[in-house]
Amino acid sequence: MKTIYLDNNATTRVADEVFEEIKPFFTELYGNPSSMHTFGGQIGKYIKKARKQVATLLNCDPSEILFTSCGTESDNNAILGTLSAMPARRKIITSRVEHQAVLATCRSLPAQGYHVVEIDVDKNGRLDMTQLEREIDDDTALVSIMYANNETGTIFPIEEIAKLAKSRGVLFHTDAVQAVGKIPIDLEKLGVDMLSISGHKLHAPKGIGVLYIRKGTHVKPLILGGHQEYGRRAGTENITGIVAIGKACELAQQWIDHENTVVKKLRDRLEKGLLSSCKDAIVNGDVKNRLPNTTNISFEFIEGEAILLMLDQFGICASSGSACTSGSLEPSHVLRAMGVPFTAAHGSIRFSLSRYNTQEEIDFVIEKMPAIIDRLRELSPFVK
Amino acid sequence: MWDYTDKVKEHFLNPRNVGEIENPDGVGEVGSLACGDALKLTFKLDKDGKIADAKFKTFGCASAIASSSALTEIIKGMTLEEAANVTNKEIAEFLGGLPDQKMHCSVMGKEALEAAIENYKTGSTVTHELEGKVICKCFGVTEKEIETVVLENNLTTVEQVTNYCKAGGACGGCRGEIKRVIDEVRGKLSNDEQPLNKKPSNLTNIQKIQLIQETINEQIRPALQADGGDLELVDVVGDEVIVAFRGMCSGCKMAEFTMRDVVQARLREFVSDTITVTEQK
Repeated sequence: MKTIYLDNNATTRVADEVFEEIKPFFTELYGNPSSMHTFGGQIGKYIKKARKQVATLLNCDPSEILFTSCGTESDNNAILGTLSAMPARRKIITSRVEHQAVLATCRSLPAQGYHVVEIDVDKNGRLDMTQLEREIDDDTALVSIMYANNETGTIFPIEEIAKLAKSRGVLFHTDAVQAVGKIPIDLEKLGVDMLSISGHKLHAPKGIGVLYIRKGTHVKPLILGGHQEYGRRAGTENITGIVAIGKACELAQQWIDHENTVVKKLRDRLEKGLLSSCKDAIVNGDVKNRLPNTTNISFEFIEGEAILLMLDQFGICASSGSACTSGSLEPSHVLRAMGVPFTAAHGSIRFSLSRYNTQEEIDFVIEKMPAIIDRLRELSPFVK
Repeated sequence: MWDYTDKVKEHFLNPRNVGEIENPDGVGEVGSLACGDALKLTFKLDKDGKIADAKFKTFGCASAIASSSALTEIIKGMTLEEAANVTNKEIAEFLGGLPDQKMHCSVMGKEALEAAIENYKTGSTVTHELEGKVICKCFGVTEKEIETVVLENNLTTVEQVTNYCKAGGACGGCRGEIKRVIDEVRGKLSNDEQPLNKKPSNLTNIQKIQLIQETINEQIRPALQADGGDLELVDVVGDEVIVAFRGMCSGCKMAEFTMRDVVQARLREFVSDTITVTEQK
């Protein structure tokens, strides 16, 4: 059975070009860049090249790029690293719809005497900017707000938030794990202080992340033990990961137009097709400001895990904000923060596309979905 | 991804006995959309009083649908007495087991069956959610339900109780209470023969009031405080104990149940069987 992979916000396939690029680093080029011999030392230039590739995609200076092990580490480092560099301030502002990498990190802080404020979103997932403006004060050390939401694809007004934070003298970090590679990002124009990236969300392998740290920003290292990454993160460099994310960023640059034209069109085709063939289906999120690859649709009165398992029978991969899929007993915190009723939250399905998807695949999903929805609604006591 | 057995998958993809029987002899409905799963069970008896047909409609995940399908298969041909003895464990075993976090699906099946039998016997359609003190307010799980899953499945931890009946799975405010229920049930199991405690006889009025105050302080207030509430002893007139709710408890919809099932029950258990409790409004 052919796999139709529509879960690219969870992870992506490694691009063939990336895979080719990293192969020599497992076999011939396995040296340690810290070594005093040429065999190891020569590796340094590949790290330098990758740093430049990432910086080019984001329009920043290569020295502002810190390689980490994943997006979660980048988020942790940004939040915990700035707080310990700024001990006088005790307040952190984030949003209710952050990824757990940010939310759980922030929620661990009140135990150390910090005050954490989570900004609300409206029913379309848009950030309450008035509340944000009100909350930023002299005691605020950091604002951490995601660039784009992983579940709904809603894009937040990052430039506006950056301006606001700057005008109040507060640091601003954004988790851009879902945004980088999908929409153009220009750090020179944007004015954020820190930004997190995850390699495996943009066709590099798992195990590599990036934290952009604007020059002059004080961030304490999270991992100690060596001089690597200019003393900002100890540990022998993950060369294959670093080379991979460099190449992936170079490719992202080439594909960004495709992402916002072809992929977006496929996403719209899927969304339109499903809404017209399935009754009681609602799109979640801000459809005007949204990642081009993501759609989050609630199929009312049925449960998401059941839909996913039925889709799985056809090799179709998606994800759900239902309680059952998470192993917790409550539906997605993002949909609940938006006030999506339980009737719809439990039956939410996220499709997230990539440049590897085809129109045939999309049409196949549109063809199979109505029968699945009908079948589960036949079983549902809430459908008369 | 959940580790479902082939039998769970098979019953999910090809569920047996889907639908609703017209003019059923018994109807049982449990769960709700908010909780993320719900089951409506209907059955019809033959002339010998055996379950001739059973059908279900379920909103929920694969294991909820499979558990409902299994339930209808198990009870067909049973007398109501036999059906009443079906446990959630049997439903899970019928399916070759369920993942721990999904055991609540089998419990939902058992509860729907209980509700349907109750409906047949008494005509009542009252969901048993409010039968007894509600411990988990997020999912409406009662003390009695928690006791049942602990007993039938030999559970020892709060986490297991959450897996089996969802209690404590959302805000978590009732986890202390769940622990207490487990301890009580386990306590009863380990020294089944002994009476729970010896109630003193021939108390003077002052001793009695002191014992009431002690019981309230040690047995009742910690549980209420865990939920953000509190209780104060106002007066004792003979066997009538007058108390007042404080904090979250005052004005709580569950206060009436708390009064009867916690305050009065504990005082009867530790002080005297004849005690009645009234609330000072």
